[in-house]
Order: sequence, then structure tokens, then C-alpha cells
Amino acid sequence: MGALIGFLVGLVVVAAIIAGLLRVPQVATGLARLRGLDRRWIFIAVWLLVMLPLLFPLKLPVAPTSRAIQYYDEIEKLKPGDIVLLSADYDPASGPELGPMLRSSLLQLCRKKVRIVGDCLWPGGPPLLEQGFTQVARDQFHYKYGEDYVNLGFKEGREAVILAMGNSIPGTFASDFRGTPVSQLPLMNKVTNLSSVKLLVNISAGYPGTKEWVQQASRRFNLKIVSGCTAVSAPEYYAYLQSNQLLGLLGGMAGAAEYEKMTGVTGSATKGMDAQSSVHLLVMLCILLGNLAHWAARRQGER
Amino acid sequence: MQRQVPLLLTAGIGLVMLLYFFIPHPLISEPGHFFEDAVIVVVAFAIVLGAANLLQFNGDIIMRRGKDWPYKLVLLLSMFAMIGIGLVEGEHYLDPETKFSWMYNTFYASMQATMFALLAFYIASAAFRAFRIRNLEAALLAVAALFVMIGRVPIGNAISQHWPDGVRLPQISDWIMENPQNSAKRAILMGAALGVMSTGLRIIMGIEGSFARGENR
Repeated sequence: MGALIGFLVGLVVVAAIIAGLLRVPQVATGLARLRGLDRRWIFIAVWLLVMLPLLFPLKLPVAPTSRAIQYYDEIEKLKPGDIVLLSADYDPASGPELGPMLRSSLLQLCRKKVRIVGDCLWPGGPPLLEQGFTQVARDQFHYKYGEDYVNLGFKEGREAVILAMGNSIPGTFASDFRGTPVSQLPLMNKVTNLSSVKLLVNISAGYPGTKEWVQQASRRFNLKIVSGCTAVSAPEYYAYLQSNQLLGLLGGMAGAAEYEKMTGVTGSATKGMDAQSSVHLLVMLCILLGNLAHWAARRQGER
Repeated sequence: MQRQVPLLLTAGIGLVMLLYFFIPHPLISEPGHFFEDAVIVVVAFAIVLGAANLLQFNGDIIMRRGKDWPYKLVLLLSMFAMIGIGLVEGEHYLDPETKFSWMYNTFYASMQATMFALLAFYIASAAFRAFRIRNLEAALLAVAALFVMIGRVPIGNAISQHWPDGVRLPQISDWIMENPQNSAKRAILMGAALGVMSTGLRIIMGIEGSFARGENR
């Protein structure tokens, strides 16, 4: 409590110093001039603050949050041979945020020796899922297609596909993404419907994605779900996390970096966190400077 | 008749789907499964419809040499190139060494990532030019935004790692996200869910019949 009061007092002191500075005419005039700043300077600053930390990493420490730890722990609970559904509901636009989550999830799933059934509710997703399977499951862990993992590909229908999978997965996806009938894939003979998978790992960029899986499948088919999603959609899923309809959540590139740290990988998300930190600082500075310039100009106008 | 038949069909199918959620008896669940499959088939037609619409709309502009017609030509050529190469390469079109995969990774993935990455530049510019603190609500929003932004990245952790427990920046960010943010979001979710339920009931009961009268056309 004392710390909180001290923190709030500190905030008030900073605000008072800024208000005092605005009363100094030279400072106010300088700040007011900022209103005419060419936005290309801001673009250059963003470019530099993305490029420089990527070229010269700051190696800022990444600390996993409870949500990411829950995600990791839920996969750790799986036993060898369990069947997991991996739904890659995204396309290349969200690749930098969600690609690292997909690769790290596959890495942990393969370490646990679980069998993976992959599907996509986004048309641009199957190649990304296939790349993940090829790079991690096949090349690193020598998983066999059809026995240890299957890529069912994309099926249009959004919520209707989820509901239909709840009834029958082989009935919904009659063939895999290459057109091979699922009856010829040994793994698919062990999969009946959503109730027969131990966990859904959902990598989601929006609609259809985590929200639809929770609403349509969580309670109805008793499906355990963990989600890796874009930073912009993460706030919407906190309610599902608190109600235990979601058992773990990775939010944006920060979540991906936390998960990479837990899986012991220094991937693209970890490398991107320095750049993201720098740009967040710049955006904060832009908000503060923009408002100081606005207040200074208003004060000058009042005079 | 033109109005009654669609309303009757909607009410009947809506009622079956509603009962299907609660009653697992084959009398209800079998028609329910059929309607689920039917939805998937009908929605799949939308892809064909979308491609046809794209072709018709852009083809017309190209023929008339309308505004931005060279871009529309590139769009259609790209679409046909992807479809054509995918068909020629057959069932292995997604294998890593195929031309389809090369085009997907080189063009499609790069262009989508570029468009998304541009957001960073516009967000920074908008933060400077448009995020004005004019009243108490805006000030609260700005303070919350600043804490969440700094608390969600490692630099926030680095800055405040020696601060007292409970007021470190990631902890403040988490508190904002899990309490005020979550409360507001949950209220919106509940409001939207009630809206969906009432609209669904209105459609099933035939009170909301604008779709049958063609008013949305």
C-alpha cells in the first residue's frame, strides 16, 4: 500500500514539473512549434528504432507471465501418444507474431511425443502449418506423416466447421490437405470427434479463431483449449481465461517471446522484443510530446 | 407466399438447431448434423461467388480503362497465376520446393507482412497527432495505455525490476488488463450475447422478417 501511495505521489510530482515547465515561455514556444512536425520524421524514427535493435540486440530480459506459464504447463501435462488438435487460424499478415508461437508449440508437443492433427479455419493458413510441421515435426523429430501427424488443411464454414468437428472430424475433413482420404491415414482412425482429442492448441489471428472455438466447443464437447493470439485480440480472451474456458494464453509477440524462453529457444519473437520495446517507448513519447505541444499552443492562444 | 415460405423455413431450421444444442436424441440431432453440413457446403459456394464477383467487377474496369485499371489487371493476373500453378502442380502444390510455395512465400506472405508492418508507422504518427487528452476520461485512458504499453515489453521489466513488489510496471499492466479492462470487455460481451439471442429469437418467431421481404437488397 505504501509503495502504491509513493508511486502515485511520484506521478503527481512529475505532472507538477511538466505543468511548471509549460509556464516558462521559451519552453512553451518550443513545444508549440512541435505541432507542425513533419510526420516523416516520426516514420524515420520508427524505422531506426526497429532496425537498430535488430542489428545490435539489447538482449533485454524476458519474464514469462502467469498466462504463458499456464499455456506451457497445460502442454507439459500431456502424455506420450496423446492426440492434440492444432488449429492454425491465421495467415501471413500475422506471421511475425504467430509464427514463433506455432513453431514453439510444435517443438514442445513433439518433445512430449504427442500425436498432432492440424487444421485451419483461415484459407491462407495451410502452407504456414505445413512449413511448421515440416521444419519441426518431420525434420527435427522425425515424425511420420499419417502416423504421428496429419495436416487436414482448410475447410470453409467457420463456426459450422467447429460444430461439425464436434460431431465427427473424419466426417468433416474427408481428406487431408493433399487430397488423401483420411481413412488411409492411421492416425485418423484413432480420432473420432473433438471429445477424442486431449487438448486444442489454437493459434489465432481473429475471426474465426479462439473466441469461436471457446463459444462453440469448449463446454459443449468438453474441449480443453490453450490459445496463442495476436496482441490486439488478447484483451478479449481474458474473460475466458478467468472462467477457465481457456487454460493458457500467449498474447502477441511478447507472449511468443515468453513462451520461447520457457521452451529454451531464442527465436524471432525473442529477437523482436528489443525492437518492440523501443517502438513502444517511441509511441509513448509521441503521446506525451503531442499533448505537451497541444497544451503549450493552447496556453499561448489564451494569452 | 414469397414471404411466408422463407419465414417458415427459417423458423423450422432455427428451432431444430436450438433444440439440437440441448437434446441429443437422433430425431433432433440427425437433422441438426445435416443442417451443419449444409451450412459448410453453402458457405463454400461463397468462395466461387467471391472469385466471380472479383472477376466481373475488376474485368469491367479493365475493359473500360477505368481508374487504376493497371492495378486491377495485376490483381486478376496474380489470381489466375496462383490458381493455374496450384492446379498444374496438383496435390503436392504445398510442398516446399514447388512454384506455388515459392510464390506464396515470396509474394503473398511478404506483401501481407508489409501491409501489416505499415501499421507501426501510422500508429506512431497517430499517437503524436491525434491522441489528445482533453478531459478526465481521456486522461485515464492515456495513463492506462502508457502503463500497458511499457508493462507488456521487456524494457518495462528492466526499468522496474528493483521497484517494490506490487507496483512494478508489468504488475500494474497486468492489473489494468485483468480488472478494469476485463470488466468492460465482459460487459460488452454479455451485451452482445443478449443482442444475438434476442435477434435470433425474433428471426425464429418471424418478428424480424426484413430478410424475407428483400429489404436488405
